[in-house]
Amino acid sequence: METREVLFEYVLRLGDNALILGQRLCELLGWAPELEEEMALANIALDYIGQARMFLSYAGEIEGKGRDEDQLAYTRDVLDFRCALMVQQPNGDFAHTMARLFLMSAFNEQLYGWLVRSKDQRLAEIAEKALKEVRYHVRHSGEWVIRLGDGTEESHRRMQRAIEDLWLYTGELFTPDEVDQAMAAEGIGPDLAALKPAWQQKVEAVLREATLERPADGWMPTGGKDGRMHSEHLGHILSELQFLQRAYPGLRW
Amino acid sequence: MGVEVRDPELERIRAVLTQVQDPEIPQLSVVDLGIVREVVRDEAGVPVVRITPTYSGCPATALIEFEIRRALDAAGFAEARIETVLSPPWTTDWITEEGRRKLKAAGIAPPAPGERRGALFARDPEVACPRCGSTDTAKVSEFGSTPCKALWRCRSCREPFEYFKCL
Ligand SMILES: [Zn+2]
Repeated sequence: METREVLFEYVLRLGDNALILGQRLCELLGWAPELEEEMALANIALDYIGQARMFLSYAGEIEGKGRDEDQLAYTRDVLDFRCALMVQQPNGDFAHTMARLFLMSAFNEQLYGWLVRSKDQRLAEIAEKALKEVRYHVRHSGEWVIRLGDGTEESHRRMQRAIEDLWLYTGELFTPDEVDQAMAAEGIGPDLAALKPAWQQKVEAVLREATLERPADGWMPTGGKDGRMHSEHLGHILSELQFLQRAYPGLRW
Repeated sequence: MGVEVRDPELERIRAVLTQVQDPEIPQLSVVDLGIVREVVRDEAGVPVVRITPTYSGCPATALIEFEIRRALDAAGFAEARIETVLSPPWTTDWITEEGRRKLKAAGIAPPAPGERRGALFARDPEVACPRCGSTDTAKVSEFGSTPCKALWRCRSCREPFEYFKCL
C-alpha cells in the first residue's frame, strides 16, 4: 500500500471507533436509568459523533475520491468498516455501558494524548481538541465503575461481570497490525504496545478503588479494526445508523 | 499569520462580529465567547475571520458559521473568508470579561477559575449564584440544556441556575 492509502485506513479507524461508540450511546436515548444520566450519555455521544465527523472528513480528503464524512458513515458496507470489536459490543445493562465507555475512553485518552505530537498536523489538531473531551468521559465513566463496583452486592456483581465480558476486547486495541506499524514508523501514530502500561495503570487504579478484580489476560480476538472479522453486532448497528440513506439514497436536509 | 496593525476595514469587521449572537446563548456574541480567534488579512490581502468550535459535536458550530457569513455579507464584506481552526483548542478561558458579565446578567454562572478538570470524584468548584451572589450553592446535574452547561441551585435564594462549565 502507498503511504496515502495506509493513512486513509488509519484515519478511517479513528473515525469509525468514534462513530460506532457514539451510535451505541445514542441508542440509549430515552432508556437511561435517570434523566441526569440521559443528558450525560447524550452529551458524550455527541462528543464522539463530533470527533467522528472530524476524522471521517479528513479520511475523505486523504482518499481524494470525493467522499465526504456522510458518504463514509452512511454508504459503506459492514466489511468496509474499521472499528475495534470493543465499540461494537452491545450496551447490555448499565454496568456494561459504563465499563465499555471507561475501557475505551481510557484507551482513547492514551491514544489522543500521543497523537497530539503526531507528525500529521491535522491529526494532532483533532486529537488536541478531542483529548479534552475524552478526559471528561474517563472521569464520568470511571466514577460509575467505582460507584457500582463499590456499591451494593448486586451492583458489584454486575460491574465485575461487565469488566470480565469486555476485557476480552481490550487486546485488539493494543495489538498492532501492519497499518499501525507503518504509521508508527512514520511518526504519525504511536507504538500501540507502548501505550499499554499507562492505560493499565489507570484502569487498575480504578478497579482497585471499585473493589473489582482485574481479569487475567488470556486469548483475545482481533479482526474489527482491520475489518477481517467483525462481530455479528456491527451489521445491526449499521442497519439503524444507515437506514435513511439506504432507503432514500442521497437524501439531504 | 497576519500582523495586527490598525486596519479600518478589519476594525469594521470586528465590530460586525460583536453583533453576531451565539445561537444557544443569544445574550452573548461570538466575540464574547471567544469563538472568533482573530480577524486578519491573508497574503492576497483578503480579510479572514478565524473561528474555533467550542465542542467537537457542538450542533451550533455550523449555524454560527452561517450567521457570521450572513452578517459579513449584509455589512458588505462578501469577499471576507471564514476559516475554522482547531488548534489550540477552545477553552472557557477565552470568554471575555464582557462575556462573563453578560453570562451573569443572563442568570448563567461563568466558569469558575481553578476548577479541577479530570480527577475522579473531584470536589465541585465554588460557584457563586448569579442572582444573589451567595456561594452556598450545589450541583444538581453535570449536564444541562447544552453540552457547555451544568445545572446548579442556590441554597440561599433557592433559585436554580445554569453554570458554564470549564473546558
Ligand atoms: Zn441565589
